[in-house]
Amino acid sequence: MAKVEQKIVPLNGDNAVAYAVKQCDVDVVAAYPITPQTIIVEKFSEYVADGEVDTAFVCVESEHTAMTCSITASATGARTFTATASAGLALMHEMLGVASGCRTPVVMSVVNRALSAPINIHCDHSDAMCERDIGWIQIYAENSQEAYDSIIQAFKIAENLDVMLPTMVGLDGFVLSHTLENVSILPDDAVKKFVGERQVPQVMNHEGELVPFKLDPAKPLTIGPLDLHDYYFEHKRQQEESMIKALDVIKKVHDEYSKQSGRTYGNGLVEAYRLDDAEIVTVCMGSTAGTVKTVVDELREKGIKAGLLRIRAFRPLPVKDIISNLAGKKAVAVMDRACSFGGNGGPLFHEIRHAVYDVPNRPKLVNYVYGLGGRDMQPHMIETIYNELQKIAQTGQVEETVQFIGLRE
Amino acid sequence: MVLKEFRWHGRGGQGAWTASELLARAAIHEGKYIQSFPEFGPERMGAPVKAYTRISDEPIRLHCAVYNPNLAIVMDPTLLATVPVTKGLGENGILIVNTPKEPKTLKEELKMTKGTVWTVSATELAMRILGRAITNTAMLGVVARATEIVEMESIKKAVKDRFPEPLAEKNMGVIKEAYKEANPE
Repeated sequence: MAKVEQKIVPLNGDNAVAYAVKQCDVDVVAAYPITPQTIIVEKFSEYVADGEVDTAFVCVESEHTAMTCSITASATGARTFTATASAGLALMHEMLGVASGCRTPVVMSVVNRALSAPINIHCDHSDAMCERDIGWIQIYAENSQEAYDSIIQAFKIAENLDVMLPTMVGLDGFVLSHTLENVSILPDDAVKKFVGERQVPQVMNHEGELVPFKLDPAKPLTIGPLDLHDYYFEHKRQQEESMIKALDVIKKVHDEYSKQSGRTYGNGLVEAYRLDDAEIVTVCMGSTAGTVKTVVDELREKGIKAGLLRIRAFRPLPVKDIISNLAGKKAVAVMDRACSFGGNGGPLFHEIRHAVYDVPNRPKLVNYVYGLGGRDMQPHMIETIYNELQKIAQTGQVEETVQFIGLRE
Repeated sequence: MVLKEFRWHGRGGQGAWTASELLARAAIHEGKYIQSFPEFGPERMGAPVKAYTRISDEPIRLHCAVYNPNLAIVMDPTLLATVPVTKGLGENGILIVNTPKEPKTLKEELKMTKGTVWTVSATELAMRILGRAITNTAMLGVVARATEIVEMESIKKAVKDRFPEPLAEKNMGVIKEAYKEANPE
């Protein structure tokens, strides 16, 4: 596929997501508005009301129902989308496991927002981090452009027959959702062709006959029934297998999409920024990576060998890419926009530290929890982290493994 | 062009975010990279609010608030008493204020030793042309004059994208008049 002509338009992250969904020929959207995701649902309902899309839009009374509705729609073979944030995602929790267990490839944008209490509408990643082990693919966008691109890619990843897993695309609340940025949009037909029609695999029904894996009264099938100690474990093992296969699929979909868009995000799983000869490295997810890149460039001008590893796919965790990018580095700081209370560090830190444990020349690792509840991550704070990393690189000593930055203490 | 950062001061309901967006939308018509965002928080009518615009020839990667703006724009003169509107303005910083006062007087009152001050009677102007004290487009006209960052033609496109007629036409009248009436010091 050759690169296609694109139009540059000003869109905030939420509108970029809504626009991508509009282009993906989605059959069902069931959603409940919650700040800072509301714009997505509002905008999409306008598309429906104006007849710009042929989508069944279901106004539900809660996020729990939004997810239930999405799962059941997806189980009929429909392409399905929803969006939420914070408490909305938490309310979905029970059904998120049903979505992954039933292998319904629902795509959902999660506009990352802090969890209550106290009530806070601003960005952090604690909502999605709570859903780490629920069996969903998780992809994080750095800017509004990537939010748009990732939604389109997400349908193709989720619905891939080797994957068949629900996929969430995270975008930072307000920082991306409400910020107008330049977004290049692909023509409608190019997106439609790229995502294609949703396929379903053939499965054996109760009479031993091969039928499409979808709810269809003409060919009855039960999806997600009771599954005790006889087969439950095998089904969970299959989910894990599909997650591992998703690593390759995410890369392939990213590469195929790049050919049309001309845009790449590392290899689709991780993005290495000025890492080749870097000695001190930060690891982060989401919009903060953009600010970090600016700081890295400034440090490089001073001759400091700084770099960044941005994790784009958090689930499945790209362990091999993390190892290949961090092995041999002197000091690494993992930046967490979430807290794992009592867990000695944030969730991303745990993941990165575990990934590099078996590497003989593993770097010294520290953790910085930042930006909870929307606390702004300023360039000077990132500089402070790199300064600390320089000290660690020189001395080989870590004084404090887990720290909080940008905090009154 | 290197990155230029703008900070808009207004009160909830006065259209600070809209102004920051109009400037960004005008710049995007000229092939620039932009960001426009409000100081995030629940909007409350009448409370002091801020909005930001970034414009650059290069893709903008920063995702933090603006701390050292090139320009600060004050849409409501009553903010001067309570909001530190000059905070972070650098050596060549520009302050644009909606006030009938002379820029020289204002510069003295704010004890500014550096930078440039522009004033315009935006409220009076908006009342005259729009019949309402909505000053955001007037301030945009002064920004265009003080910075020459965007062409009037691009502003016109942005305004027409944003407002239906006859509102677009009226607001263009405000912008052009403010452009003419603004005074620097």
